[in-house]
Amino acid sequence: MNNLLSIVTFMPAIAALILAIFLRGEDAAAQRNAKWVALIATALTFLVSLFILAGFNSADTGFQMVEERSWLLGMKYKMGVDGISVLFVLLTTFMMPLTIWASWGVNKRVKEYMIAFLLLETLMLGVFMALDLVLFYLFFEAGLIPMFLIIGIWGGANRVYASFKFFLYTFLGSVLMLVAMVAMFTDAGTTDIPTLMMHDFSSTDFSLLGIHVVGGMQTLMFVAFFASFAVKMPMWPVHTWLPDAHVQAPTAGSVVLAAILLKMGGYGFLRFSIPMFPVGADVMTPLILWMSVIAIVYTSLVALVQEDMKKLIAYSSVAHMGYVTMGIFSMNQQGVDGAIFQMISHGFISGALFLCVGVIYDRMHTREISAYGGLVNRMPAYAMIFLFFTMSNVGLPGTSGFVGEFLTLMGIFQVNTWVALVATSGVIFSAAYALFLYRRVVMGDLIKESLKSIKDLSPREKWIFTPLVAMTILLGVYPALVTDLIGPSVEALIAHHETALAAANRLGDTAAALATSH
Amino acid sequence: MLQADLNTILPEIILACFAMLSLIGAVYTSKDKAAGLLVWVTAVIYVIVGLFIATRTTPETAFHGMYNADGFARFAKVVILFSAAAVLIMGQEYMARRKILNFEYPVLVTLAVLGMLVMVSAGDLITLYMGLELQSLALYVVASLRRDSIKSTEAGLKYFVLGSLSSGLVLYGSSLVYGFSGTTLFSGILASMSEGQAPLGLLFGLVFMVSGLAFKVSAVPFHMWTPDVYEGAPTPITAFFATAPKIAAMGLFARVVFDAFGGIVGDWQQILACISLLSMFLGSIAAIGQTNIKRLMAYSSIAHMGYALMGLAAGTAFGVQAMLIYMSIYIVMNVGAFAFILSMERDGQPVTDISALKMYSANNPGRALAVLILMFSLAGVPPLVGFFGKLYVLRAAYEAGLGWLAVLGVIASVIGAYYYLRIVFYMYFGESSDPLETPKSPVLWSLLMVSAGIMVLGVINLFGIEGLAEAAAMTLVN
Repeated sequence: MNNLLSIVTFMPAIAALILAIFLRGEDAAAQRNAKWVALIATALTFLVSLFILAGFNSADTGFQMVEERSWLLGMKYKMGVDGISVLFVLLTTFMMPLTIWASWGVNKRVKEYMIAFLLLETLMLGVFMALDLVLFYLFFEAGLIPMFLIIGIWGGANRVYASFKFFLYTFLGSVLMLVAMVAMFTDAGTTDIPTLMMHDFSSTDFSLLGIHVVGGMQTLMFVAFFASFAVKMPMWPVHTWLPDAHVQAPTAGSVVLAAILLKMGGYGFLRFSIPMFPVGADVMTPLILWMSVIAIVYTSLVALVQEDMKKLIAYSSVAHMGYVTMGIFSMNQQGVDGAIFQMISHGFISGALFLCVGVIYDRMHTREISAYGGLVNRMPAYAMIFLFFTMSNVGLPGTSGFVGEFLTLMGIFQVNTWVALVATSGVIFSAAYALFLYRRVVMGDLIKESLKSIKDLSPREKWIFTPLVAMTILLGVYPALVTDLIGPSVEALIAHHETALAAANRLGDTAAALATSH
Repeated sequence: MLQADLNTILPEIILACFAMLSLIGAVYTSKDKAAGLLVWVTAVIYVIVGLFIATRTTPETAFHGMYNADGFARFAKVVILFSAAAVLIMGQEYMARRKILNFEYPVLVTLAVLGMLVMVSAGDLITLYMGLELQSLALYVVASLRRDSIKSTEAGLKYFVLGSLSSGLVLYGSSLVYGFSGTTLFSGILASMSEGQAPLGLLFGLVFMVSGLAFKVSAVPFHMWTPDVYEGAPTPITAFFATAPKIAAMGLFARVVFDAFGGIVGDWQQILACISLLSMFLGSIAAIGQTNIKRLMAYSSIAHMGYALMGLAAGTAFGVQAMLIYMSIYIVMNVGAFAFILSMERDGQPVTDISALKMYSANNPGRALAVLILMFSLAGVPPLVGFFGKLYVLRAAYEAGLGWLAVLGVIASVIGAYYYLRIVFYMYFGESSDPLETPKSPVLWSLLMVSAGIMVLGVINLFGIEGLAEAAAMTLVN
């Protein structure tokens, strides 16, 4: 099986093709068939993707299961995984069947809906496995098309605005990255990612339009990639598309967006920005760290005053992504491990939280917090699950949310105590908005007439939450599952970064602190 | 010698004879009744001549260098002939139903195509002008083919007046070039410039010629005629304007700047970079407010010409290759898009209002999907082939030191994405309105589907066009 990665990547796309060609009609039977085909395809993809994990050797820090074919313009179709990407692949294949299963209630253009999600899965998997710059860009950008349609066709009342904003925002970020990729291609003569990671891009200072650019080309390229990944992440202040997209997207769309699509930004930093432009990254690190803490504090405060549940969780996602960027750019083992851990754990937790909102939205067709209250009286099981994920979102020890936050804070503390201080206050804010939301929705007396007949979780919904709860606890109690897998690759990444900085004579304050920590 | 020369231009001779014979034949026999058949025959002849050109080997030049038959000319000719054939059969039914399918239509188109073949082969200022005028005069007439429509007549007149002006500019530029170099042969002009130095008069001539040619490719600031002509001309004619003449004009552009002025790349590079930039931005911004899909396609073509010019502005062989690939992709996308526009009807009347597309996907899911693919491809979103066109020109521009142009170009493409998305929005997101008829024409359906299919499947290897374009570019720039 030396093309396992391609098989995993394209399995959902083949299922989508089968749906598109063979499934006819709009009646109930056709809808049911579409749902089952999509569910089975994504479940099979997950099972096959377990072979990737089984065959993965975590001690090897290079790329594994590499496939290579020649393509256009001297580019290659090249796929492979390393310790950093393998978990994102599994996160994607793990979340997709749950997402599809959570969409059982969709009854509008079901076939197209399932095709869009299946294609989206292929494109997301491709992003995490691509080992060619342009191939990566292809998957990265192509994902916009199905997501644009998902928000635009199956979204809420203001879906058109949200879908256009989502598309144009992310597109603008990415095209700048494309120019940087063209520049890298020209400079290095290849688009092969492993080669580019070893390539030494020029970091000689120069002036551009009268501005003195420290770090030269590397800084410019870093900024171009940053434009794309920061929007995708999303980082403050370019996060404004996310609340709109989340609020308007259908439940499954929000889940995919929060659980997987946002991770592409963090993955991009680790795969491209840091190994390829070490000097550029070093120049920009202070700015990024402060942007991250602003995101943590500011969006937490914004979340506190939201009236819409999805918007609140969306802002909380931005805050949690702030921990991720902070961890990544602390550039030490704890910080980067924590950032990856946080991304994986946030995938489960935020996905589950959006599912929680979806559960009551399906029943009441409103996301207004004020429309709810006292749900615990009629929905005890729901109240428990919602509480569990609220607590993991806050970072309760024993859940995976705690490990990620703790590791990133520990990582940043070694680099910049002030940033760590401000960021830690975000933990308190997150408890404030999450518990405040929980109190208003679930606790209290059930006084609203409309809620008097609301039903508790159905068995299907319980089954959807079960794996998410299990994963959150498992990773919370035994985080070594993740850190052992990613550790060696992260170590290699950091070592490479430090060597590159040393070579460029930039072992300044930040890097010196890093060096002593080893 | 003469025999060899005549053999080299055999495809053009065949087309010229065919045009004249069909004219005589139709005049003396059935007139418009056989027009439908004539359209099909003409299309078949184009395809045969195209295949003939693609497979034969001839000397690279004829008539002492006045005429080129190199790989570049061959590549452009094949694209011109195939796209013209596709557009001809595409519009046949539309024109027949509106009773404007005159037998002169295929004849005039053949003459225009003949002019285009001469244009891309030009090796001399006289050949250039002859080809240009043959093409333009035929196009002026077809633009106003619907004689009883004010808009169509206006389109024809506008095109004629402004087209003549641009021909005048080219002619004036040519006379300056001739005056300062003492020859009309491109190779002679190239030789008259010593090591990147050109006399001022020659530069003036260059600027005038570039202005005239920019008019023909509808680049800003010589684009004003495009939206009006696109809107006024009958849709099949618009489809024709948007495809074959564009590649012919780009081919001629490349010929002039490389064959005649290849020694002073730096001098024309800044002009081309500038009009490329203006075209990309104007095309993208002005299209936002359009409600008529034909006008929208006009602005879209202006923006696309901007990208193609970006490749040309690079001034390298790779730039020419990028331009050829970009133009080929652009033409396939436009054939598909116009096949769709031609099928937009309500109660038998053509509709060009974009808002008429509301919820088109509900009744015609297959076509809506194909149009969605084409729109994303036009916007340059991967993995569709339109993206690769952009990738090639961006790379060419960056390598040539035009990094700023590449950055501004991609920003323009984001602005441009908005109006392509708007069409998708109408088809998929909007509320349903008075629906368009489900079109029945199998020709339009298959052209739309083939075009969309190419956009998706091309991601595998662009159907090998990369190597062909590279070989073609190598013969022009060496």
